[in-house]
Amino acid sequence: MTLLTTVFAAIICTIVWYKNAPHSEMKVGILCWMYWGASIMWFVDAIFEYAELREEYFTPAPAQMLNDLYLGLSVVALGLIIWLVILLIQDPKGAVKAALFKKSK
Amino acid sequence: MSCFLVTAAEAVITTVAAKVIQSREKEPETIKLDTEGGNEIVRKVPLSRKLRWLSHLLWGGSALLAFEHVWHGEVVPWFPFLTAASNPADAAEMLNEMATTGVAMAVLVTVIWLGMLAVTSAMEKKILQAQSSLK
Repeated sequence: MTLLTTVFAAIICTIVWYKNAPHSEMKVGILCWMYWGASIMWFVDAIFEYAELREEYFTPAPAQMLNDLYLGLSVVALGLIIWLVILLIQDPKGAVKAALFKKSK
Repeated sequence: MSCFLVTAAEAVITTVAAKVIQSREKEPETIKLDTEGGNEIVRKVPLSRKLRWLSHLLWGGSALLAFEHVWHGEVVPWFPFLTAASNPADAAEMLNEMATTGVAMAVLVTVIWLGMLAVTSAMEKKILQAQSSLK
C-alpha cells in the first residue's frame, strides 16, 4: 500500500511537471525525483517481501493495510514538506524575498 | 532494517562526483537547430547534470525510506540510532539486509538511471540526425 501510494504520487507529480515543462518555477521536479526514488526502492522491498511471503503478500490483513496506507500518506506529506522548504529557500519566483524585504508605502 | 544506508552512501558518492565533474567540465556542447520559427540553440546535457539526476533519485528515496524506518521504530534519535545495532544477532541480520535489499535497491536505481541516459543519448542523436538531414 505504501508502494502504491508513492507510485501514484510520483505519477501525478510527473504529469504536473510535464504540463509545465520546460518552465520549473514551482520546482515540481524535486517531488518527481523523490517519489520515483522511493517508489523504486519500495518496489525492491516488495520483491523481497514477495519472495518470502508468496501469495500471502497480496492478501494483507486489513489493519496492516490501513497502517501501510497511513504510512504512505505520511511519506507523501513528508515529501511535500521537503519540497516546500526547498521551494521557499530557493525562492525561484522571488516571492519570499519580495514579501520580506519590500518597503511598505 | 537499514537498507536505506546503502542508497544514502551511494547518494553521497554521486553528489561528490557530480560536484567534482562540474568543476572540471567545459562549456557544454551547443547545437543550433533550424526550427519553423527560426533558430533555436540547444545544449547537450552535461555529465554532471546527468549524475545529479541519480543523486536526486537516491537522496529522495533514501530520505523517504529513512522515515519509514523511523515509523517502524528501526531508527531512533539516540545512540546507536539503529535499534538492530544494539545486539550482535540483530546487527548480523541488519548487515545481511543491507547486503541484499539495500544493494538491490542501489543497483535498480542505477540501472534505471542508466536507462534514462540511454534514452537521453538516443534523443540527442535523433536531433543531430534530423538536423544533418536538413542541411
